[in-house]
Amino acid sequence: MDQTSRFKGKIVTDQAAGNITRSEELAYELKIAEVMSTQMQLLSPDMHMGDVLAMFRQAHISGAPVVENGKCVGIISIEDTIRCLLNNDMQAPVSEYMTRNVITINSVEPVISALKTFVTIQVGRLPVVNEGGDLVGILTKGDITRGLLKALQHDYQAEEVIRYRASHLFEDIESDRTSLILRYNIAPRDFTKGGAASSNIKRALVRLGAPPQIARRTGIAVYEAEINLIIHTTNGGVIRVEIEPQKITIDAYDDGPGIADIDQALRPGFSTATNEVRELGFGAGMGLVNISRCVDSMKLESTVGVGTRLKMKINLETQDAFREGSTATKETKA
Amino acid sequence: MNLQNIIDDLNLTLLTERKDFSAVEISEGYTSDLLSCVMAGAPHGSVWVTLQAHANIVAVAALLELGAIIISEDAQPGPATLAKANQEGITMLSTPRKSFEVVGRLWEMGLRG
Repeated sequence: MDQTSRFKGKIVTDQAAGNITRSEELAYELKIAEVMSTQMQLLSPDMHMGDVLAMFRQAHISGAPVVENGKCVGIISIEDTIRCLLNNDMQAPVSEYMTRNVITINSVEPVISALKTFVTIQVGRLPVVNEGGDLVGILTKGDITRGLLKALQHDYQAEEVIRYRASHLFEDIESDRTSLILRYNIAPRDFTKGGAASSNIKRALVRLGAPPQIARRTGIAVYEAEINLIIHTTNGGVIRVEIEPQKITIDAYDDGPGIADIDQALRPGFSTATNEVRELGFGAGMGLVNISRCVDSMKLESTVGVGTRLKMKINLETQDAFREGSTATKETKA
Repeated sequence: MNLQNIIDDLNLTLLTERKDFSAVEISEGYTSDLLSCVMAGAPHGSVWVTLQAHANIVAVAALLELGAIIISEDAQPGPATLAKANQEGITMLSTPRKSFEVVGRLWEMGLRG
């Protein structure tokens, strides 16, 4: 019941939702600040109407906001200048002919709000204000059309790039060695950022056109390495991922405290995590075990007091791209 | 079975943005509060029952491309966690029931792990 009231009684059927065009969607996504004109002619309340008319002619505009102390106090449109001309009153100040109580619109609102306002009140332009109520721009229907076209053009180009990349993972780049290196600095104990590096790496791989299973396996391996750096390191660490046409190499390293017994660290269920960390659901002692399941090879080196380095490698050109967690056994059996 | 069936049958509260849940097919489930176990065990596209409600469950669900997270015992994720979930397209649901009961009901509905 609550959901329908959120849409103000208008029920959107699945079919109607499917028919929503990209430009309609963009009207919700684009902010007014992104499409408005910021270069605008400003009027002051004591300016002569004759000068306003001259300005309108020169700048080829049909209206402008009236500003006092940064705030929009009125608006003059071409109709107001015609009224003034008919009265033969061109020496009058702007304040006498301007429309007061101007309807403004907030720059952070989506373009759709402006479109609705244009439909309900018959005006040619809307002054745009910021959170503090200061005038920051002016919006006409023309600005909206231009903004939407620009965004559509941008969309189209982005799609072209993705489509291109998806079918050529470095394939058409000729060099003796092609690689892309991604580096992430991981801060100690910052659990709020946990998973940021791994999801960024996974996303990058998907964009580059890596098979989804490879992207997922890399994501899981990097996630576990990332969480280890957050939980255990003294000063944080670095994750370095090198993507090559045949393989992905992941290096996670830090400068301490180091692991005393590597065999013990690799044992499933062994963890040195504190109770505090365990309460968050970490420290199951499965991190390195998970990594070994997701990568084709791994090497853990550590010196107490110096630091730890975990090197992992995932081959891109294997038939074994489905090895992943518990699904691995099922899929190899099938 | 789809996610809408699960939401209706278990009377779950939607915490994230509404989607067409009847189009989200779910056939498997997983439960654990230990993230590494989830990483290792939760099948792709499955529903995950957990008591954890902090931001890292979103990262886990996004990496594994899970169908939804059901948070038991009314544990409440913070606004930052929900924002992250919406950004990653992860559906989060909550229930006052305990994980044990949620899993039992899912199993009765025919979900397997």
